[in-house]
Amino acid sequence: MSLGEYEKHWKSVVSQSVCDYFFEAQEKAADVENVPPVISTPHHYLISIYRDKLFFVSVIQTEVPPLFVIEFLHRVADTFQDYFGECSEAAIKDNVVIVYELLEEMLDNGFPLATESNILKELIKPPTILRSVVNSITGSSNVGDTLPTGQLSNIPWRRAGVKYTNNEAYFDVVEEIDAIIDKSGSTVFAEIQGVIDACIKLSGMPDLSLSFMNPRLLDDVSFHPCIRFKRWESERVLSFIPPDGNFRLISYRVSSQNLVAIPVYVKHSISFKENSSCGRFDITIGPKQNMGKTIEAITVTVHMPKVVLNMNLTPTQGSYTFDPVTKVLTWDVGKITPQKLPSLKGLVNLQSGAPKPEENPSLNIQFKIQQLAISGLKVNRLDMYGEKYKPFKGVKYVTKAGKFQVRT
Amino acid sequence: MTDSKYFTTTKKGEIFELKAELNSDKKEKKKEAVKKVIASMTVGKDVSALFPDVVNCMQTDNLELKKLVYLYLMNYAKSQPDMAIMAVNTFVKDCEDPNPLIRALAVRTMGCIRVDKITEYLCEPLRKCLKDEDPYVRKTAAVCVAKLHDINAQLVEDQGFLDTLKDLISDSNPMVVANAVAALSEIAESHPSSNLLDLNPQSINKLLTALNECTEWGQIFILDCLANYTPKDDREAQSICERVTPRLSHANSAVVLSAVKVLMKFMEMLSKDLDYYGTLLKKLAPPLVTLLSAEPELQYVALRNINLIVQKRPEVLKHEMKVFFVKYNDPIYVKLEKLDIMIRLASQANIAQVLAELKEYATEVDVDFVRKAVRAIGRCAIKVEQSAERCVSTLLDLIQTKVNYVVQEAIVVIKDIFRKYPNKYESVIATLCENLDSLDEPEARAAMIWIVGEYAERIDNADELLESFLEGFHDESTQVQLQLLTAIVKLFLKKPTETQELVQQVLSLATQDSDNPDLRDRGYIYWRLLSTDPVAAKEVVLAEKPLISEETDLIEPTLLDELICYIGTLASVYHKPPSAFVEGGRGVVHKSLPPRTASSESTESPETAPAGAPPGEQLDTVPTQGDLLGDLLNLDLGPPVSGPPLATSAVQMGAVDLLGGGLDSLIGAPSFVAPPAAAVPANLGAPMGSGLSDLFDLTSGVGTLSGSYVAPKAVWLPAMKAKGLEISGTFTRQAGSISMDLQLTNKALQVMTDFAIQFNRNSFGLAPAAPLQVHAPLSPTQTVEISLPLSTAGSVMKTEPLNSLQVAVKNNIDVFYFSTLYPLHILFVEDGKMDRQVFLATWKDIPNENEAQFQIRDCPLNAEAVSSRLQSSSIFTVARRNVEGQDMLYQSLKLTNGIWVLAELRIQPGNPSFTLSLKCRAPEVSQHVYQAYETILKN
Repeated sequence: MSLGEYEKHWKSVVSQSVCDYFFEAQEKAADVENVPPVISTPHHYLISIYRDKLFFVSVIQTEVPPLFVIEFLHRVADTFQDYFGECSEAAIKDNVVIVYELLEEMLDNGFPLATESNILKELIKPPTILRSVVNSITGSSNVGDTLPTGQLSNIPWRRAGVKYTNNEAYFDVVEEIDAIIDKSGSTVFAEIQGVIDACIKLSGMPDLSLSFMNPRLLDDVSFHPCIRFKRWESERVLSFIPPDGNFRLISYRVSSQNLVAIPVYVKHSISFKENSSCGRFDITIGPKQNMGKTIEAITVTVHMPKVVLNMNLTPTQGSYTFDPVTKVLTWDVGKITPQKLPSLKGLVNLQSGAPKPEENPSLNIQFKIQQLAISGLKVNRLDMYGEKYKPFKGVKYVTKAGKFQVRT
Repeated sequence: MTDSKYFTTTKKGEIFELKAELNSDKKEKKKEAVKKVIASMTVGKDVSALFPDVVNCMQTDNLELKKLVYLYLMNYAKSQPDMAIMAVNTFVKDCEDPNPLIRALAVRTMGCIRVDKITEYLCEPLRKCLKDEDPYVRKTAAVCVAKLHDINAQLVEDQGFLDTLKDLISDSNPMVVANAVAALSEIAESHPSSNLLDLNPQSINKLLTALNECTEWGQIFILDCLANYTPKDDREAQSICERVTPRLSHANSAVVLSAVKVLMKFMEMLSKDLDYYGTLLKKLAPPLVTLLSAEPELQYVALRNINLIVQKRPEVLKHEMKVFFVKYNDPIYVKLEKLDIMIRLASQANIAQVLAELKEYATEVDVDFVRKAVRAIGRCAIKVEQSAERCVSTLLDLIQTKVNYVVQEAIVVIKDIFRKYPNKYESVIATLCENLDSLDEPEARAAMIWIVGEYAERIDNADELLESFLEGFHDESTQVQLQLLTAIVKLFLKKPTETQELVQQVLSLATQDSDNPDLRDRGYIYWRLLSTDPVAAKEVVLAEKPLISEETDLIEPTLLDELICYIGTLASVYHKPPSAFVEGGRGVVHKSLPPRTASSESTESPETAPAGAPPGEQLDTVPTQGDLLGDLLNLDLGPPVSGPPLATSAVQMGAVDLLGGGLDSLIGAPSFVAPPAAAVPANLGAPMGSGLSDLFDLTSGVGTLSGSYVAPKAVWLPAMKAKGLEISGTFTRQAGSISMDLQLTNKALQVMTDFAIQFNRNSFGLAPAAPLQVHAPLSPTQTVEISLPLSTAGSVMKTEPLNSLQVAVKNNIDVFYFSTLYPLHILFVEDGKMDRQVFLATWKDIPNENEAQFQIRDCPLNAEAVSSRLQSSSIFTVARRNVEGQDMLYQSLKLTNGIWVLAELRIQPGNPSFTLSLKCRAPEVSQHVYQAYETILKN
């Protein structure tokens, strides 16, 4: 595997020249996002992911499930993120020995070993400023010298002997709306990608049950391994012994069209005149099915056609930027007040002499609605068994735009 | 204080400094030094010179330092094997450490040091660790066996580690089970024949239990291992499926896809009538769709697999079209895959939506994507007839955009639409002709030329248009040249008066000035055709074209079935069997779907034809064919002097005969293979449209003239049952006509006269085409041979068995009845060769229940001999492929009543048993077709 220029070999040493095939593909793809994830070379296969402006490339020699490799690479990136707060070249460079130690603990001879962050943190302590100061004074190390207890129990995701003075269990229900809206404003495709992220700080071995007001919404769900599948199948209750700390409890998808509300609409008129070096741009955003909540943090991003030189626009609220190099227009709108709908209009300057663009750009919309799960999902109650103390409990809801595109 | 400081010491003498630090007395300094060494190592600097110094740091009770040294050792032991020996003792000692973490670490690291001398020392500690009381050590040791096997397989076998590993499958700890499975699977990969993982219901049960409790990665290993198991019946298959389905809800997409593989494979064994089958189908869709909301790299792999799944079981995702709609910021590799699947899922129900989307895509920026979208519109038109009109008008709109590559793609697909729906959309030709000048890609040029030639009678200036292409004839690509040749010949046959000069010109360009054998051969064949028999030429060149198939780029059924077994692997991404690309000649086990149990009876070979049947009397009626063919081939060598070559009468005969015999191969060449109809899958074997192979086809075409296999005459009506008349006979098929060859013997004492014959109604409408003519009265002891021509125009009634025929013969004495069985191959018609694309689509279209499998035993022929022998009985090899050293022949035949039978014949070199799979919409004929195969191949 090589991380840009960092490499780690497991089974046998592969010459770094194999990466040339990757660089070649990267060059050919023009856009980094378009580099194909599986590349074959005469003797090896290169499977890569692109995350946070870094490529993680693994070189494999035999038939290995590519998803296995891709999932693993993402897990590596997640771990770096978790350890160093960001997954960037600088962070990796700053922590290269930890990176090496982590990779060594995560994979052995092509077999993943420990990929749960809880267990890894028992084996290798994440760097903190305090610890590195203490280490350098006392000469102690950041490698744990006990057997990771979790790795052997039937609940590999939780270590024994967890202790907190404040016992808390928080759940975030986060829903993202993926949608394609066509020119006329009707919905071509819409679905909700939801997740419930948990932050559990509970002592001992708590056994939790989370139930919903309307569990029937959840018919396509992926579970964290801690969830007892049988209980869900029979009673539609999430029953589990949680890992310690932050983790994703479930992710789910709601796709039936009538359940997916579209909270905003966009009125748009983008036109380019034939044989003229200018065009008009006019968009207005308004609330649609917003369930009476405020829509905030709206951003509109538009990839303008190549022939666009510049844009002279006036927003009624917020601010906009246009990058003449990447041709990306970004309008930071803020929130919608129904009394005065935000709009952005003005002139588009085109390269003179160039033919008028064939395609109209798509609008990418970002927004956020607090205290609402747009699918209507609601947590009913959380019960805890197996421990005596009374934990603090809380549930937060938020809805965001995922890949929300309006065609013009 | 970060590790980046380790990178700063790049000045000279660095190694020297590090050496000093490594040998420092201060623990902390040592550790820092090792860290610096490791950091240098990661960025590819050579720090191997420090080997002894680093190894000296190994004996420490500081776990971090130990780990770091281990890291270093793994990297450099190979280049410093003698030094590495120094480390052995510490390893052995560490394997006995009271701390299981250290024991595991030691055994793990030792396995990574690929030095023979060290591996010897590894055996004893490894044996102990495999039986360690701590499961963490056991699971680490299991992986170590796989590592060791990779270094020295013999050693592992000799030491009995494989058996210990097998025992670990029954370990109480699920992680140990999972790692044992993973290690065994990896070892088995290099030993395809060994029964390392011979699973039985008990071990399967162990695996299924471990599946619920082990880590996600362990689940993948176990699921992949389960997928190699073949349940003994459908009940076992169902119970495994039931226990695997919860994995579909796993957050790890690799677990999900491995579970999908197990289910797709075992579903094959479940009857479609089962309620559970339906339930399972429904359960498969949501997890597959969910994969599409993951990261783009995961989406890509998922889409490649979904492509296979929808080909195998379109019903799984037929309602999920919308999730494949393309988002503008999807990476291009995701976009292209989504488009492919959209086409596969397009149906009358959703075509409007699909078209609207495709039209949207056709205006995007990315050229490759736009091209594919335009092509997709054409494919929609061909697939869903109701949408054809809308597709054509959409394509016309796109042509109006005048975007060059859009126009060219549109013309290529419109050509296919013309093929599929003749005489429907030709009104758009004028619009197409306007864009003639802008076409610069060979495929588009060829398509346009095809259109002009095909519709020459409707295009007033067709000759001018074609002539304009002719100017730069030699600069065109072969594709365009061939097409231009054919188009001008078509034009000539349609408007002979005005275009004589043009055709002369193109023929001489093709035959005299070209180095391309395909082009030259085709030129000669046309030339000869036109000069000898213009009527025949018309029949050949302007023949009705076979339908083009609805689906393109379909994967061959056997390959598809094999790929289904490889869901989730690289094979599924490349849509090729692993044997096609896996490195190093490691034997790869050929995987296949389990047979459906419901039909298991029919897979048993039915009783084979009686062995030792008398040798057939092959009729060699046209012995001179070979010479004639030689003449034709020779002609290529001597270019004609001027004008159409004057053919000698013998050659002329040859040409005509060839047309009679190998008509299809001739038609195959000029008029419908050459137009670049939707890409022929490259793996389908022989290059089509190559003039040379067409000529070789003729060789076998000649065989048809000699007629199909004729069984020796058998006694049908013994004399004692018919008052002295003995009838024996057989059936023949020659040059398309069937006859019943009869031998009548008078064993009575009186003269027999007034013969007549009648058939009872039968399955294929066989009836005498002429009265039974016995010219002279048949005197006692006299024998007469008669050939009675038969037609298949009689009335039809299904008989039991299907091929029985009841015959009544009358003479002056009485009426006698007898019944006989006719071999089915007399009903195989000479135009039973299916187009490859049509074959693929038809094979897929016929439901699996209609498939019957037979064994043909003790047949010593090789694939070529089989193919040519079958062809002489009108069983045509449509394609041939070599899989894992086995020859797969895909064959088609057509019965006189229009029933097509598709066959797949699997021949393993050295094995005289062939496997014959037959698919037919009327499955009752399969048994008889199989018998026909037996008869033809064994005589």
